[in-house]
Amino acid sequence: MVAPLQSRNIYDQQTHNKRLTWFVMLGFIAFIAFLGFGFDLYLFGAETDVFFPVGTSLALLVGSFSAMWGYKSGAKAVLNSANAYPADENNPAHKQLINVVDEMTIASGLPRPKIYIVPDADPNAFATGKNPENSYIAVTEGLLNSLTREELQGVIAHEMSHIRNYDIRLMTVVAALVGSILLLSDWARRSMWYGGGRSRSRSKGNQLGGLVFVLWIVGIILAPLIGQVMAMLVSRKREYLADASGAELTRNPLGLASALKKLEEASEPTASIKKGSAHLCIVDPVGNSMNLKEGAVAELFGTHPPIQKRIQVLQAMAYQMSASTPVA
Amino acid sequence: MIWVLIAIPVLIIFWVIAKYNGLVTLRNQTTNGWKQIDVQLKRRHDLIPNLVNTVKGVMEFEQDTLKKVVEARNAAVSAAGVADSAAKEGVLTSALSKLFALVENYPTLKSNENVKQLQEELTSTENKISFARQFYNDISTRFNTEQQVFPGNIIASMFGFKTAELFEIQVAAEREVPRVDLSLKK
Repeated sequence: MVAPLQSRNIYDQQTHNKRLTWFVMLGFIAFIAFLGFGFDLYLFGAETDVFFPVGTSLALLVGSFSAMWGYKSGAKAVLNSANAYPADENNPAHKQLINVVDEMTIASGLPRPKIYIVPDADPNAFATGKNPENSYIAVTEGLLNSLTREELQGVIAHEMSHIRNYDIRLMTVVAALVGSILLLSDWARRSMWYGGGRSRSRSKGNQLGGLVFVLWIVGIILAPLIGQVMAMLVSRKREYLADASGAELTRNPLGLASALKKLEEASEPTASIKKGSAHLCIVDPVGNSMNLKEGAVAELFGTHPPIQKRIQVLQAMAYQMSASTPVA
Repeated sequence: MIWVLIAIPVLIIFWVIAKYNGLVTLRNQTTNGWKQIDVQLKRRHDLIPNLVNTVKGVMEFEQDTLKKVVEARNAAVSAAGVADSAAKEGVLTSALSKLFALVENYPTLKSNENVKQLQEELTSTENKISFARQFYNDISTRFNTEQQVFPGNIIASMFGFKTAELFEIQVAAEREVPRVDLSLKK
C-alpha cells in the first residue's frame, strides 16, 4: 500500500473496530436476553419452583430471527423504504455517477455495487448489502445536483470503504437488532399495563429478585435509548474509518472534505430516509443538530461524528500526503 | 522423538505449499491488475477518434492540436512494455488535456451534448486508468515485498518468481491531468 503515513493507522483502527463490534454484539444479545428474562421473573415470580424461561427464549428467538432477516433482505428493505430506483445509463447525471462508481470499483479491486438513486432534494448517500458481491450504493438526487465530480468521487469512495470493511452487513444487522429491542420493550410494556398484577407474589420474594425486577423496568423504559446508543457506538467509529480508507482510494482527502462541508451546509432532514436506517448514511439524514456539535453529549448520542471534526481529520491527512510525496 | 523428526519436515512442506500458493495468488492478481489497465487504455484509444471527429468541424483553426492527439494516440496503440507504454500514454494524456483546454474557447462545443458526453467518458477513462495503475502498483508492491523479505525470498527464488515492474509517473504534467479534467463538471 502506498499512503504509508496512514495505512498502519487504518489497520490498527480496523482491529480495534472489530473488537468493539464484538463487544457491542454481545451487549445486544445480553440486553435482549435480559428483556426476556425480566418477563419470566415477572410472570413466574421469584419463589415458584416451576421456572421455564419462556420470555428469555422468545426474546432471543425474536432477536436472532430479525438479525437473520436483516442479513438476508435488509438491503432491499432499506432501498424500498427510501423509494430508491436504479440509476439510468442514458441520464447524463446518472451516467457520471455510474462512471465514478466504476472508477472506485477499479481503485478498490472490489466487485461493482448496484447503483440506486433516492428521489430527495437533500444531499445524502448510503451503502447497504450483505457482502461486496451483493452490495448497493444509493445517493439522493440532491447529492448529484450539488456536488462536483471530485466531491462525488470522495463520497463514493467513502461508501466503497463501508462495503470493503463489511460495515454494510454489520449495520443492517444492527438496524434489525435495534428494531427487535424496540419491539420487545414495547411488548413488555404492554404486558405490564394490560396484564397488570398477574402474580404479584414477589413482595415477599428475595431481595435479589426485586432488584433485577427494578432493573428490568428501568431497562424497558430506557430500551429505545440504549439500543440507539449501542448502534451509534458501532457506526460512529466506522464513519472515521470509512473517511480514512476512502481517502486512501482516491488519494485525495480534500474531495471528501469539501463534499462534507456542502452536506453540512445543506443539513435539512432527508425526508425519504427513515430513522431506522439513519446510521447507514454518510451524514445524519434526520438533520439533527447533534452531529454538528462537538463535545461529550454529541459524542455519545450523534449517529455520526461531528462533521467539523471529520473535515479536520481529512485536511490533516491531505497535509501529510502532500508533505510525504516529493514534488515532481 | 521419532514423531518430532517426522513432524518438522511435514510442517516445513506445508509452509512451503502455503507460501507458494500465496505467491501464485498475488502473481495472478498482479497480472489481472495489468489487464485492467490495458482494458481502460484500449477504451481511451477507441474514444479518441470519436472525439476528434465530433470537434473537427468547429475547431478548424486547431488542426495542429488535433493532429498531435491523433499521432499520440496511434503511437500509444503500438507501444510495447510497461515503460514504453507509460511514456507514450503520458504524451497522449498531455495532448488530450491541451485539446480539452481549447474546447473551453468554443461555446458551441462546450454546450454540445455529444461533446459533453465524450468529455465525461474520457475524463472517467483517464481516472480509471490512473486508479487501475494505482491498484496495480499496490498489488505488485505487495507481490514484490512478499518475494523479497526473508524467508519468502527462498521460496520465490526456488520457483523462479520474478518481481513485477511498477508504473512511474514520467511526465510532471501528468500529475495535473485530473485537475484539468475535473473542471469539466457541470
